[in-house]
Amino acid sequence: MKITVDEEKCCGAGQCVLIAPAVFDQRDDDGIVILLDAEPGEDQHAAVRETAAVCPAGAIVLDE
Amino acid sequence: MTLAYPIPNDTALEPPAEWAKLRGECPVAHVQLPSGDQATLLTRYEDVKQVLADPRLSRLLNAPDAARLSDTDDGGLFSSEMAAIIPDGGEEHQRWRRLVGKWFTAKRMSALRPQMARIAEQLIDEMVERGRPADLKASLGFPLPVYVICDMLGVPAADRERFSYWSDTLLNLTKYEKSEIDAAQAEFFQYMSDHLAAKRAEPGDDLLSELIAAGGPEDGGLTELQVLVTGMALLVAGHETTANMIGKMVAMLLADRTRWERLLADPSLIRTAVEESLRFDANSGFGLPRYLPEETEVGGTVLPKGTTVICSMAAANRDEGAFDAADRLDLTRSPNPHLAFGSGAHSCLGQALARTELQVVLEVLLRKLPTLVLAVPVEELERLDGLAVGGLLKLPVRW
Repeated sequence: MKITVDEEKCCGAGQCVLIAPAVFDQRDDDGIVILLDAEPGEDQHAAVRETAAVCPAGAIVLDE
Repeated sequence: MTLAYPIPNDTALEPPAEWAKLRGECPVAHVQLPSGDQATLLTRYEDVKQVLADPRLSRLLNAPDAARLSDTDDGGLFSSEMAAIIPDGGEEHQRWRRLVGKWFTAKRMSALRPQMARIAEQLIDEMVERGRPADLKASLGFPLPVYVICDMLGVPAADRERFSYWSDTLLNLTKYEKSEIDAAQAEFFQYMSDHLAAKRAEPGDDLLSELIAAGGPEDGGLTELQVLVTGMALLVAGHETTANMIGKMVAMLLADRTRWERLLADPSLIRTAVEESLRFDANSGFGLPRYLPEETEVGGTVLPKGTTVICSMAAANRDEGAFDAADRLDLTRSPNPHLAFGSGAHSCLGQALARTELQVVLEVLLRKLPTLVLAVPVEELERLDGLAVGGLLKLPVRW
C-alpha cells in the first residue's frame, strides 16, 4: 500500500488522525494533514482504507 | 404539485416516507420554503455530496434572486450581513479556515477529553441528585457543548446561560419574533466586542486571544470584525447542533435497548456507534442551502443559474445506493462516509470537536448510568420544531 495526501484539498477534519494516528498527523499551525508513513505495515491497512473512505475532502489516495 | 419544505414529520426519530420516494422517483425536486420562495431539494447521496463539495457554489443566500428560507425580513441566518463577513470561498476562505482550524485538530480535541469528561460527570451527578425521571437533554445535552465552547473562547462560567440563550435565538427559524432575534444578535455582538477588548488588554490561553495575536490581514491574520464574528459563529455552529445530537444519539441507542447493552458489553464500539448515530439521525434539521451562481448539472438535471438548492444530508445518509442496509442502525458500520458534517472544503470545521464530545458523553453515560432507560415510550418523544437544527423537545430518562 502506498498513500498520497493532497494538502491543498485537505480541510483539516482530523478523521484520519482519529482513525489511524500511527499513519497521519495534523500540523499544529493550520491543522493540515501530515503523512507520517507513506507505506505502512499491513496491521494499518484496514484503518488507512477507512480514512480514505471517510475523508470529507477526498484528500487521501491509496495505491494498492 | 410543489412539496412544502421542511417536510412535516410526526415522529421524533423516523424518516418521513417522502425521502425514499424522492430518492427513487424525484431526486431533484421542486419545493416551497416557509418564506413562499421556491427551491430545489436534493435527497440522493451522490447529488448531495457533489453539490456540497463544489467550490463554485456559495453558502450565502444574499443574491437578489436567492430564495429566502424563512419569513423574517432578512431571510434568516444564511443571508444575514453577519454571514458574509467570514470569507466564503477561494484563498481567503482557506486562510480563515486554516487560522481557525488549528484549534480543532484531532490532537487538540483529544487533549480536551479529560476536561469534557469532568464536565459530563458533574452534569450527570447533578442530574442524579435531582432524582429520576430526568430530562437528559436539559441536564446534559444542552449545557455540555456550551460549557466547552465558552472554555475555548475564554468566556467565564458565569456567562454561559446568556450564551445558551443567544445561540438558541439566532438558530431559530420560527420560535422568536424578528425583534427578539435582532435584540439577541445586538446583545451578543456587544458582549463579544467587550470580551475582545478585554482579551486584547489581557490575553489568555484561548482561541480568540490567539486570533488577535496573529495580527491583522496585513500579517496574515483576520480583521477585528472577522475575529468577532468568528467567535459568534463558533458558538452558534457548535452549540445547538451538538446539544441536540447528544439527545438524539442517546434516544436512538435506548429506543432499542439491545444497542445500549451491546455498548455496555463492548465500549470499543463507541467510536463507530457515534458515527452511525450521526448517519442515522433522521431529524437533523433543515439541511444545507447552496446558491448556484452559474448553470449546474446535478443528477442528470440542468439547474439554471440563480437556483437555490437545499441539500438534505439526512435523506442522503439513508440512501441504499450508498449504504448497505441503510435503514438499519449498525453499531459496527465501517467505513461510514456519512454526510452529517457536509463534504469538501466547507465541511464542518468543528467536526472533531463534535465527535469527541459525543464519544465522551457516551463513554461517561455508559460508565456512570449503565441502567439508563427511556422514561416514556419512544412514540411519545416529541420533535423540537422551528430550529435550523433538528432535535427532541425533551429526553425523559430513568436509571
